[in-house]
Amino acid sequence: MRHIISILMENEAGALSRVAGLFSARGYNIESLCVAPTHDESLSRLTLVTSGDEQVIEQIVKQLNKLIDVVKVQDMADTAHIERELMLVKLQAHDGMREEVYRLAEIFRGQIIDVTESSYTVQLVGPGSKLDAFIDALGSVPVVEIVRSGALGVARGPRGMLVPEV
Amino acid sequence: MELSGGEILVECLKAEGVDTVFGYPGGAVLHIYDALFQQKQVQHVLVRHEQGAVHMADGFARATGKPGVVLVTSGPGATNAVTGIATAHMDSIPLVVFTGQVHSALIGNDAFQEVDNVGITRPCVKHNFMVKDVRDMAETIKKAFYVATTGRPGPVVVDIPKDVTDPKVKVPFSYPEKVAMRSYQPTEKGHSGQIRKAVDLIVNAERPMIYTGGGVILGRAADELTHFTQKLGYPITQTLMGLGAYPANDKQFLGMLGMHGTYEANMGMHHCDVLIAIGARFDDRVTGDLSKFCPYAKIVHVDIDPSSISKNVVVDVPIVGAVKSVLTEMIDLVNQAGGAKKPKELENWWDQIEQWRGMKCLDYKQGEDVIKPQYVVQKLWEVTGGDAFVTSDVGQHQMWAAQYYGFNKPHRWINSGGLGTMGFGLPAALGAKWAHPDEEVACITGEGSIQMCTQELSTALQYHLPIKVVSLNNRYLGMVRQWQEFFYSGRYAMSYMEALPDFVKLAEAYGHVGMRIEKPADVEGALKEAFAMKDRLVFMDFQTDPEENVYPMVPAGAGLNEMILV
Repeated sequence: MRHIISILMENEAGALSRVAGLFSARGYNIESLCVAPTHDESLSRLTLVTSGDEQVIEQIVKQLNKLIDVVKVQDMADTAHIERELMLVKLQAHDGMREEVYRLAEIFRGQIIDVTESSYTVQLVGPGSKLDAFIDALGSVPVVEIVRSGALGVARGPRGMLVPEV
Repeated sequence: MELSGGEILVECLKAEGVDTVFGYPGGAVLHIYDALFQQKQVQHVLVRHEQGAVHMADGFARATGKPGVVLVTSGPGATNAVTGIATAHMDSIPLVVFTGQVHSALIGNDAFQEVDNVGITRPCVKHNFMVKDVRDMAETIKKAFYVATTGRPGPVVVDIPKDVTDPKVKVPFSYPEKVAMRSYQPTEKGHSGQIRKAVDLIVNAERPMIYTGGGVILGRAADELTHFTQKLGYPITQTLMGLGAYPANDKQFLGMLGMHGTYEANMGMHHCDVLIAIGARFDDRVTGDLSKFCPYAKIVHVDIDPSSISKNVVVDVPIVGAVKSVLTEMIDLVNQAGGAKKPKELENWWDQIEQWRGMKCLDYKQGEDVIKPQYVVQKLWEVTGGDAFVTSDVGQHQMWAAQYYGFNKPHRWINSGGLGTMGFGLPAALGAKWAHPDEEVACITGEGSIQMCTQELSTALQYHLPIKVVSLNNRYLGMVRQWQEFFYSGRYAMSYMEALPDFVKLAEAYGHVGMRIEKPADVEGALKEAFAMKDRLVFMDFQTDPEENVYPMVPAGAGLNEMILV
């Protein structure tokens, strides 16, 4: 099953490589991985998407927690959450296709953010499944390139990920 | 007080109570060596190869329970140390390894003797640091010792660029008294509800089995374990790493389990109804085929590392906590419950176990002509009163040492269990002897393993470390040959070593005493003679049966009840 895992880490050099190294060393799979600073400059937040059965996910969470720089790990599957991903799709859009692409973007509430005589670039935000659905819906429209940010997740409700006291 | 980085490092070691650093100098650590040279409190042992330094510190740590400290230079100094670091990591041994690094301004430029130490060691350390500013040195070292020695212990690498120890740059120094890390807070105390649940299961067991590992020794819980086991009257078996935490000469002890474990231990595991796993990690050498592992058992697992629990085998009652603290609570609850509650079933269980024990799976025949390796280990046990510190290398001799030298105390059996590092035994023995100069220290090895770190015989002379090397020389890489005999139709690919050195002359060349022993009748005499030479390192080259195998054996992929007995 697909899991979105959020990780708060000390904002130290090499934090990302510790996580990436753990996944490759133990043969876990990473579908996507995003990392950026947070409002607390001592922390960075990683969001990764992985998949595995219950036992594998349990080990992934435990092994992440075992990394000394990891402050907090949350498996979003354990809680009601919101998932969002950003996708930029550059499409060939010649005379006959322009209407079609425009309509599709509308349907998916995408925005066309770059236009040339022969192309459109569509920006789309949503859960991964919605972005997948858009790609499927493109049908015969020729794709030039697809750039995806990887999924982000945040728990619903007023509470954030708790940083333990020292 | 204003100090340079090198001086701060030395002061930190003093504050941590470190009396010895094992190391090897080089360009990037010259400032640190200069600071070490100008004081007397922290001694330095100069090895002959950085791998030897780490194994020596590791042997010191295992023999004392204190962290071992290593200092090596950048580049090849650090890469040579990696095998030792990985060895300590697999066996959860607390080490703090200082590696030199090139000048900060040169990092990333492929400078002379530059290597990415932090990157290379990342997968085989508990944690690593690079000190980028001399002002961070003291706090980083404090954290390094804290991380290495708490929770599930392990090696920590501290990488130090040369400019950070520049003697011209002095900064105010004070050693932090405490350290707190929000990202690292190991659990000491077990969950009391879980402990109660476990004890309820334990006292009601009909066919119980206690299975313990290195965690009991690392957690200094041998006394608690012994008390717990004897209070319940249950059988106990131990992993290769766990030996010594329960007295081997006690009747409740069934010997080691696993691939080369005893018949009674493995059959006991297979048939038990409650398995009590303490400080052990269900390694593949212990479990055999996981699908056939302990098919009838409810499993209780106590471990300080949550990721060890339900990693290989899903358990029924997990307890995260320090073994000592959890066992103490368990003993109280067992006492409150009035001990084991199924005496009749337990008696039947012991009858069954005694039948298995009656197979005498470790019996061997010592004839008149060829020395059996088992016989050497058994005689070593007799000559040393079963009380020596014994290190080993890796292979058949390691298994014979574990099977035939019954350890009654913790910290005395020192071997590379997880990584299986040939070359470990000699330097580890020197580290143990350095820690315990008045104790007997023996290194059980083979002619293959000993050649992977022979150069440390020179260190032994320089620092006067009169250990006894017991080499079981069968002219084969014995364990490889055994597998080739069993599973490759006797095609002995590269397991026969020609052109072996004359080990007697080799020992003499290094300034030690060498002996070659060829007849069974001479084994005991030679050992007595060697151990009588209190102040000399004696290298005993026992010419043993070339094709002796380690029995019993659970072949790879089999269950614990599917052993090859002879």
